Amino acid sequence: MSAVTTPQPTVGQRLAGFGRTLISPRGAVFLLLIVLLIAITLLNPSFAEPSQFIRFVQRVAPVAIVAIGQYFVIVGGEFDLSMGSVVTAQVVIAGNLIGQDESKSLPVLLLMLVFGAVIGLINGLIVTMLKVPSFIVTLGMMLALLGAILYWTGGAATGNPADGFREIGRGGIRDLPVIDILPWSVVVLVVVLALAIWFGRRPFGRTIIALGDNPTTARYSGTRNWWVKTSTFIISSLSATVAGVLLVGYAGVHPSVGRGYEFTAITAVVLGGVVLGGGRGWVVAAAAGAFALEALFTLLNFAGVPSTYRDAVQGAIIILAVAYSATTLRARRKGRALEAPTPQISPDPSSDPATQTSPAPAEEQDAAASARPAPIPSTQRADNETKGGS
Amino acid sequence: MSTATAPSVRRGRRRRLDASLIVGIALVGVIIIGAILVASVGRNFFSAGNIRDILTGMSVLGFVAIGQTLVILCASLDLSVPYVISLSSLIAADLMAGNPANIPLAVVTVVVVAGLIGLANGLIVTKLKVNGFIATLGTGLIIKGYLDSNYKGTSGEVPWEFQLIGATGVGPVPVSTLLMLAVAVIGAFFLARTRVGNHMFAVGGNEQVARLSGIRTARPVIVAHMLCSITAAFAGLLLASRLGVGSPTVGIQGGYDLLSIAAVVLGGTLLMGGRGSIWGTIGGVAIFAVVDNVMSVMQVNPFLKDVVRGVVIVAAVAVYTSRSLDRRRPRFGSGAAAPDRPADRSAPPSAVAHEKEASA
Repeated sequence: MSAVTTPQPTVGQRLAGFGRTLISPRGAVFLLLIVLLIAITLLNPSFAEPSQFIRFVQRVAPVAIVAIGQYFVIVGGEFDLSMGSVVTAQVVIAGNLIGQDESKSLPVLLLMLVFGAVIGLINGLIVTMLKVPSFIVTLGMMLALLGAILYWTGGAATGNPADGFREIGRGGIRDLPVIDILPWSVVVLVVVLALAIWFGRRPFGRTIIALGDNPTTARYSGTRNWWVKTSTFIISSLSATVAGVLLVGYAGVHPSVGRGYEFTAITAVVLGGVVLGGGRGWVVAAAAGAFALEALFTLLNFAGVPSTYRDAVQGAIIILAVAYSATTLRARRKGRALEAPTPQISPDPSSDPATQTSPAPAEEQDAAASARPAPIPSTQRADNETKGGS
Repeated sequence: MSTATAPSVRRGRRRRLDASLIVGIALVGVIIIGAILVASVGRNFFSAGNIRDILTGMSVLGFVAIGQTLVILCASLDLSVPYVISLSSLIAADLMAGNPANIPLAVVTVVVVAGLIGLANGLIVTKLKVNGFIATLGTGLIIKGYLDSNYKGTSGEVPWEFQLIGATGVGPVPVSTLLMLAVAVIGAFFLARTRVGNHMFAVGGNEQVARLSGIRTARPVIVAHMLCSITAAFAGLLLASRLGVGSPTVGIQGGYDLLSIAAVVLGGTLLMGGRGSIWGTIGGVAIFAVVDNVMSVMQVNPFLKDVVRGVVIVAAVAVYTSRSLDRRRPRFGSGAAAPDRPADRSAPPSAVAHEKEASA
């Protein structure tokens, strides 16, 4: 905390602080990403060329966008398993409704956005109004949506939409000096990420984190919990829609496009240090998690690892990455969980919501840790120590 | 505090509906609707053949869901079960190699391997503090990688003696279902009567309170993960006995990971742990089996089956939660469960505690 309050930190202090951030759970994903990118470049120097690199970013864009959407749901304390099916549904809708008629592109695009929002609204309302666990709601939505789509198409690939529409996914601004081509998907990704950062900093975005951390305190501080939670599902379905639009161009129309995206997105988000159960996380890190995951696949490709081992390596990496961040967090908080019921708790509840809800660095929270009052009886499971474990 | 009395009276009335009982009522409802639908196409729902079909459909998912119940009670999840199932079927079929003398060896090996996988899951969850969702997703992917690299297709051969387990029955009840129910009895006994079983409820309900009460919180979680992998291995053995060979895709095709979780939740077990029962889970599995059976008899389009399945899962759990939400004691509820109890909103903490005692 001293590094923050010191008026003029020296360069050395800044570097040390930066290094600490990199090895901290919050920044670990960036370290992982940098290591992976360097490793890829060592194996295949042409990867570092701007035009190759931008292709890599283009390939990651749909996954990253889905991860950004999933981030909002997870940080709000829920799951969205229906994202993969939403991607599939949007891809199939685009393929079947647009056909070769380019004039239909815009109306169908609007329809897809509305469809995505409605799916998110249904998910969110069932979760908030009927109190069904989101895992079950979105699992049901995943089965129902995929089944409906397969029933509609008969399970086979259908025609691709007009080339003008596919251009969003595979085209770009051509003939640029350094990078040769700036794909539209990269532009879309940057816009979505910027929107997500902006949104996350607004009061509403902060409320999502507060809600994920402790719904009871969020309610006491005047949050309309049902609407905030519902909106996270709408955001995730909309981001799946955007990813679907990109994938139509990139991968074409097939009912298998988008399958497994929900788990990839959750993996990416968790790699980014976002805590399952909500209340802790950073959207940029979630996007970086998607990049790290895709970089890992690229690395395995270049390293000549058989594709069948890809899954095994992916599994090992996510366990190790999450174990690293979880045990680091735990080491920092050592002994703190048992402090809560002891009499040394200071009666200072006003500082508590701040430490709980703000996504401040862990160092700051540790300073305030001893001043943390006992958790509210009805929400003990929302306590930090139980959550530190993802 | 007149507002506090009204909900507690309402809760008192609803408390009489036990969790397993609601699942039972739902099951009876599903059976009645199913029987009417089946009768409308001129078939008999209660014919011996049809009942055998339903019970057969229950057995594999039942095994997986029993183990999954234990894991979910401990507030964890196991997404690695489909891969454990596939691996078990392959190991069993390879070791048996068509020779009945190898059956004991194969079964023991499968159980040991599955136990080790469960041990790894449990250790990762408890010692490395990785969320169960991620830990088992990871181990599942590792096993998948192993399966994909070492098996190109079906492998091994199951001797006829072992295939009988999947093929014979006592009257209309298949042996496999009897075995599954036996495991369910053992599981229910384990939860109700053993120390580790009781600790599972405690750890799942609130890990910190459990630790402060002197429970070694890691052990129940590890045991739950091991038992879950072992019951998944039983499911794999059963599938091997039905197919006659081991298959690397049999677990994934069944979608046993998500379906077993859905069955457990359908059976009234809280997804965040601490509350639930094996018999509720068996009821949830039975609901799935009946719905599937009715759809097969009525020859519903296979893709539409998924739609119906998804709707049934959500609708059933929605009905269930709306009935039982108030019954939950606050300390077992999630934070999200609190908002719809109007008394809490205005009551100071002491009043909440008092009310809690009154309702407990």
